[in-house]
Amino acid sequence: MSVIATNDLSKDYRLGFWRERTFRALDRLSLQVERGEVFGFLGPNGAGKTTTLKILTGLIFPTAGTATILGRPVGEPETFLQVGYLPENPYFYDYLTPQELLDYFARFYRMTAPERRRRRDVVLEQVGISEFRHLALRKFSKGMLQRIGIAQAILHNPEIVLLDEPMSGLDPVGRREVRQLILQLKTAGKTVFFSTHILSDAEALCDRVAILNRGKLVGVGRIAELLQQQSGYEAVLECAAPDLLAQLKLLAAQDVVGSGGQYRVEVSEEKLRRLLDLCRQDGLRLISLNPVRFSLEDLFVGMLQESDHRNVS
Amino acid sequence: MRFSQTLVIALNTFREAVRDRVLYNLVAFALILIASAILFGEISIGIQKMILINIGLSSISVFGLLIAIFLGIGLVYKEIERRSLYSLLSKPVRRSQFVVGKFLGLNLTLLVNTVFMSAGLWAALYYVSRAFVPQDLSIWVAMYFILLQLSLVTALCLFFSCFSTPVLSAIFTFVFYVVGSFSADIRTFGELTESPVLKAASTVLYYLLPNFSDFNISAWVSHGQPVSGRLVLLNTLYAVLYGGFLVGASVMIFSRKDLK
Repeated sequence: MSVIATNDLSKDYRLGFWRERTFRALDRLSLQVERGEVFGFLGPNGAGKTTTLKILTGLIFPTAGTATILGRPVGEPETFLQVGYLPENPYFYDYLTPQELLDYFARFYRMTAPERRRRRDVVLEQVGISEFRHLALRKFSKGMLQRIGIAQAILHNPEIVLLDEPMSGLDPVGRREVRQLILQLKTAGKTVFFSTHILSDAEALCDRVAILNRGKLVGVGRIAELLQQQSGYEAVLECAAPDLLAQLKLLAAQDVVGSGGQYRVEVSEEKLRRLLDLCRQDGLRLISLNPVRFSLEDLFVGMLQESDHRNVS
Repeated sequence: MRFSQTLVIALNTFREAVRDRVLYNLVAFALILIASAILFGEISIGIQKMILINIGLSSISVFGLLIAIFLGIGLVYKEIERRSLYSLLSKPVRRSQFVVGKFLGLNLTLLVNTVFMSAGLWAALYYVSRAFVPQDLSIWVAMYFILLQLSLVTALCLFFSCFSTPVLSAIFTFVFYVVGSFSADIRTFGELTESPVLKAASTVLYYLLPNFSDFNISAWVSHGQPVSGRLVLLNTLYAVLYGGFLVGASVMIFSRKDLK
């Protein structure tokens, strides 16, 4: 069952004061996030990730399309009883201490005073800043503020946790802890939707990812499935016949690289049989054949390049 | 959604103001000025009490105005600029509750400050006359009017801070305050002029801009004159309606605002 759904969601920003122009930050985004999954929202800077999250939290309004969380239109205050949100580069009232801040936020939920105190202590412990609970937030580093941000997002034990760049500003230990925290949330049956451009985090955590570029969705699915679509073989061949070389180029997924009579060809899984058939002919000799394992980074870069290429043409 | 959300925001706004050092400086300055009024009185034979009341009420009004503008202009803008609002509005809170909560929080701050400064004025009065007379009760009415006036200034600040920067909000509020303090003169000007355009313009300005002149009764009170119940009622109604309109407009603007 989809707990987060967007349908043809678009957002235009107006630029300029006298001569108004519009900039499309999000372009007809349609996606569904299922209950209990960790969903990664990937894309380069300016891809529209934060815009999407801000629409989901009602901070900005879509120009077109709809978005729902738990079946309700986004932005309804009641929805936030089940949703927690960490903004990008969070900032909090610096005159408060972590304990005061969490106590303040907890008052917006239907919690009794003892429950408020208990949840506050639990999340402070969970994000590892329990010992700094009485220190004013103005003295906190960026990484510590990030932890406070995560603490306030999970304070009310929500069903859905939206995290905008949760690893930003964290040191390696902090990143590892946040990764563990996301896995803990998954184990507890929560749905986690997080944006990132750190691909290793997405690869380690996500059940599914969506890749966004220039406001458009360029790919969505399970990482393994997406990678399988891209996986293939690298063959090194000797080729003496020019007509066979032309056929090789038709099969190749990328440019055929030749040197000293030898050619390196990358072919997709479904074209492997045709390549092997070709190798049985005179004038072509197979020297080596190796499976190519694409990383998420290769996939990510490939999809972005393809999308840019489509936009240009 | 309950009123308690608004109250929680109001109390936090009050806490923010209380933890701001600038507030204490302004209150201290006001108290020093009230105390110095005793010295001014020493050199003004026979009118010591009148001078004390005049300077005292003016100090409370001016420093209250400074506090209202200084804190009011950042009420909404600062929260957007620093992005502290993003976490708050992703709680079960309506935008209208945020705006009204902020307004009430600053009003609570101004109430507490005015009470502190008024206590200073009463102490100075007791020091000068060693007794309170029934006419002194009018001073309470003057203080109440100052509070109404500050509440209107807060509503103006809130309104401007929903769509402009703190500096511009401060300028707009101050200009509105100054022009609104000469509201009666604008009407008189309209009555005296023969140009129909100026007459129409002054009438529009008189009704459109907040009228602060009717809230200033310190000269009246310092001369021991009583304040009519009708004026108290009309000023209260005016502040509630005009302030309510401004807060309502702020809610409407802020509810449609994209928090980029």
